[in-house]
Amino acid sequence: MSEHSHSTEGHGHDDHAGLSKGKIWKVFGILLLITVIEFIIALVFIPKGYMTQHVGNYIYIALTLLKAFYIVAYFMHLKYEKLGLQLALTVSFVFIIYFIVLMLIEGGFLNIHMMNH
Amino acid sequence: MNAVSQLDQVKTGPWNGGRSPWSVEYGKIMMWFFLLSDAFTFSSLLIYYGAQRFSKLTWPAPDKVFQSIPGIAEHGAPLVFVGIMTFILIMSSVTMVLAVEAGHRRSKKEVIGWMIATIIGGFMFLGCQAIEWTHLHHDGFWWGQIPSAEELKHFFLKPEDVSLIAAQQFANLFFTITGFHGFHVFSGVIINIIILIMTINGTFEKRGHYLMVEKVGLYWHFVDLVWVFVFTFFYLV
Repeated sequence: MSEHSHSTEGHGHDDHAGLSKGKIWKVFGILLLITVIEFIIALVFIPKGYMTQHVGNYIYIALTLLKAFYIVAYFMHLKYEKLGLQLALTVSFVFIIYFIVLMLIEGGFLNIHMMNH
Repeated sequence: MNAVSQLDQVKTGPWNGGRSPWSVEYGKIMMWFFLLSDAFTFSSLLIYYGAQRFSKLTWPAPDKVFQSIPGIAEHGAPLVFVGIMTFILIMSSVTMVLAVEAGHRRSKKEVIGWMIATIIGGFMFLGCQAIEWTHLHHDGFWWGQIPSAEELKHFFLKPEDVSLIAAQQFANLFFTITGFHGFHVFSGVIINIIILIMTINGTFEKRGHYLMVEKVGLYWHFVDLVWVFVFTFFYLV
């Protein structure tokens, strides 16, 4: 009902702006490329000893977060939404980060505990 | 200018009422917040998995557990099958965005085509997962069930690494988390079918917009997003 009063302030893209087909395939290419890199690390780099599993894990997580960014920003269109919505949906994950730190420290403690017994 | 006329003045800021501050339709905001809560649920499951792995001295090696391609190789092909599954899901995510893009142009025919492609992708993924589960079940893994200590030697990096507790936690968490994800894929396919039928019936054409396709699109991409994390933490790390 208040459709007419929507302003076009901010970015050029508004309600009806979507991704162009070219951009969609470009994002698909990036996602595929990242996955291929992950497989190369898992099947070549680590078995042949160019990289330790430990270092590999950090790279996997970094690449996973990068993939997540591309899916959320472009496929889910969050990059073109208003800042308020972007913040509401991303800042909430502060709790999850806290939870991860909490539980992994707990798990690590149990590990040390088991090694000592 | 007196005090009364100042009160009468219409405020135009985004948070003063009268218009949508985020310029997002109500249903879409609700879908976003549902997905946020769902992300918290998946995070909790994955964090518990992480805590378990951190607490155990050894863990079954993914390269050794997942190394069959159904119908092609019984073993010796680590991660290939899950690679195919990942590709299917990313591909179906792309067809979903293409359906949304066609919806923006109100091209009913194209929306129908891309929605059918997305549904096929969803069924293919579910089929692959069923095969994956069956394979692991035949190896002896299930909720509360693991292969014998002798057989378990094949699933750990070194034979002396074998831990019954770690193997059991792996089995329970694998089936719970991929099962919960698979259930999401399944409901996503059902919702996609409903939207497809509505599109064919011309419901959205009459409505003048294809916002519903965007909303199920959000859900479908979320399912893909969760798989990206499940894939990393179960198959790579």
